[in-house]
Amino acid sequence: MRAARTSVVAAISALTTITAVAGCAQKSDAKGSDAIQVTASDSACEVSKTSFPAGHVKLAVENKGSKVTEVYVYAPGDRIVTERENIGPGTRTSINAEVKAGSYEIACKPGMKGHGIRQKVSATGKGKLPKRDPRLDEAVAAYRTYAQKQADDTLPAVQKFADAVKKDDLKGAKELYAPSRVGWERTEPVAESFGDIDPKVDVRADGLEKGQKWTGWHRLEKSLWQTKKITAADHDLADRLIKDLKDWQKRVGTADITPTGMANGAKELLDEVQTGKVTGEEERYSHTDLVDFKANVEGAETSYKLLKPVAAKNDPELAKELDKQFAAVAKLLDQYREGEGFVSYDTVSESRRKKLSDAVNALAEPLSRLAAAVVTK
Amino acid sequence: MATHTGPDAPIDESGTAPSRRALIGWGGAGLALGAAAAGGAAAALGGGADDTRTVADSGAAVPFHGAHQSGIATAVQDRLHFAAFDVTTGDRAELIALLKEWTKAAARMTQGHAVGGGAVSDLAEAPPDDTGEALGLKSSRLTLTIGFGPTLFTDRKGKDRFGVAGRRPEALIDLPAFPGDNLDPARSDGDLCVQACADDPQVAVHAIRNLARIGMGKVAIRWSQLGFGKTSSTTPDAQTPRNMMGFKDGTRNIAGTDTAALDKHVWVSERAGPAWLAGGSYLVARRIRMHIETWDRTSLKEQEDVFGRDKGEGAPQGRQREHDEPNLRAMLPDAHVRLAHPDSNGGARILRRGYSFTDGTDGLGRLDAGLFFLAYQHDVRDGFVPVQRRLARTDALNEYIQHVGSALFAIPPGVRDADDWWGRTLFS
Repeated sequence: MRAARTSVVAAISALTTITAVAGCAQKSDAKGSDAIQVTASDSACEVSKTSFPAGHVKLAVENKGSKVTEVYVYAPGDRIVTERENIGPGTRTSINAEVKAGSYEIACKPGMKGHGIRQKVSATGKGKLPKRDPRLDEAVAAYRTYAQKQADDTLPAVQKFADAVKKDDLKGAKELYAPSRVGWERTEPVAESFGDIDPKVDVRADGLEKGQKWTGWHRLEKSLWQTKKITAADHDLADRLIKDLKDWQKRVGTADITPTGMANGAKELLDEVQTGKVTGEEERYSHTDLVDFKANVEGAETSYKLLKPVAAKNDPELAKELDKQFAAVAKLLDQYREGEGFVSYDTVSESRRKKLSDAVNALAEPLSRLAAAVVTK
Repeated sequence: MATHTGPDAPIDESGTAPSRRALIGWGGAGLALGAAAAGGAAAALGGGADDTRTVADSGAAVPFHGAHQSGIATAVQDRLHFAAFDVTTGDRAELIALLKEWTKAAARMTQGHAVGGGAVSDLAEAPPDDTGEALGLKSSRLTLTIGFGPTLFTDRKGKDRFGVAGRRPEALIDLPAFPGDNLDPARSDGDLCVQACADDPQVAVHAIRNLARIGMGKVAIRWSQLGFGKTSSTTPDAQTPRNMMGFKDGTRNIAGTDTAALDKHVWVSERAGPAWLAGGSYLVARRIRMHIETWDRTSLKEQEDVFGRDKGEGAPQGRQREHDEPNLRAMLPDAHVRLAHPDSNGGARILRRGYSFTDGTDGLGRLDAGLFFLAYQHDVRDGFVPVQRRLARTDALNEYIQHVGSALFAIPPGVRDADDWWGRTLFS
């Protein structure tokens, strides 16, 4: 948990979202002369033009295939600029969006799944576009896929946890609690970038603002481990958690992820470990801090691995050091494995916590230099 | 006056330039005058290889290079940050690389420069090399003194850690347990130590913080101690500062200018060896907690009897002035001064450089205060050990103090020049 931040991954601009939504209600004028005709079929995705002026853009979509399809507009790094689901065979629709100058991809997804059939397009504007490094765009796209998968995998895990809570199954809920948090902890900087989700699902008692109702995982953690009693209010909290996390799952695709944002996000995951997990503050009732610890490190390592091709070229020494320190932390954590998870953190002595802290420092210090190593020069 | 912090900033080895970047910002002619005056004062005292001069101006820089490390015979500064480190890497080459990097950073910081690329670099995406809290502050006579603990040479099981087990000096013993010790392992020992002394606490803390940061992944701080008031001086013509008990205790210290006494009692000689340590020393660090509240309700007479000095002037009992030769027989047999005096210890002398500390209060509301005792000597077996054995057994002061932390370090000789580095004589 962390207060809303502004720097790492900025959420998609509200303007774009609103415009796209407004498009839903609009009566279709798909033949408008400025519109980009998108003809979707089961095996193709044809566009009438691949270059158009930046600003207000209208897609006139027709599904000529036999499957229900979706149309997406992606910015580099697979950020969703706008999307429309459930376009039935033989139907037309129009999508409106505001786009800045730059390169984009329009994707049709027959059957509403997969990577989609894509067309490269560009919005033209004044001034020269910044040079893009395709390796970094690839890294961002792969990271977004990872973040989406974490959210997708989290929901069923949280559902199981919520079901146990609603069945007043104290023992079962306790077992399902920590595993339900792993996907969230791995990609927390993305979730935090939305600002409003984190305070609903991952806030701790000390993080509450005046008048804020305490909801989310840690509220339930307190019931399960401290008061040891599941109440009717907890049932509602479990439903609410699912609802809030579905919101997160839906928004991952729109997060504005950049290479430096990924690198800084990795560093921030280690910050989380240093200030919340090593101290035992995050999971103060359940003492499952080491599960979060591991997930934070895994998320950071994923970012690093995806950026490594560029970082290792710009700063080979740094990459060598990071490989070494990621391995060292993993090895140290292995000492605390127990069954499927980790030992309860209240059994870890001060002196052993210090060793964990030292290892985190050893990793986080070079990790703080990763962003500079992926800056496009 | 230099105002650089960048990597190309020249290091002023003369020790005359208080050259931290943000002398700018204090602005105006007054500043320029002040800076010039500071430079002049230090120059008049003769900057050079000699680090023992009494530097009057607290902003000046103490030379980093010399035959001995500075921070020992150097006139005692007002503030301390002392840190003990565990070496976390098992790789000798990595340790050596760190010692070289540390030396470079230490040379810069003692001369008033920021480390590496400075505190404000032109790379916005990366954290700056220097943490920045010393920008705008003068050198403040910062000295950084490194030491090597017994566990650097051999681990607890006797294993050679970095290929220097054979070079562990005989005198780098495991200190014996003394009666009354209540040592906390988390405040004791260490593979390495760095003593940072400066007249400005922020400058001392900045130095340790930056060395610790540079060391991450190779070393980790094991414990550290802040000291806020010097309790001894190596400048005998100055007033002896009082300790937390209100007494002057350190009057008969070795003067930083007394070359003969330093050679005899402080520096390790070529003859005594080992060769790598010649020109170095040994440092004992003890965290001595004082039972402040019980001491404060002790009668003046008992307080004076316990020390063997009068409280007001600091004169030995039966004498008039602080620096009068003590008459040991005028004191009670268990008086602190009598037991610690060289005459009671076969002439053994040590150079004390301790600081008062107050780390707030403990859980019972008692002041967590005392003396962070630091003493340099050529051989602890003739110095601290016999003296402490005697004190631990009979010192009347024991009722009011407890030793809670302890460490011993071999202090290598000075860094000769810009190509030399901390520990070269040990590792080459």
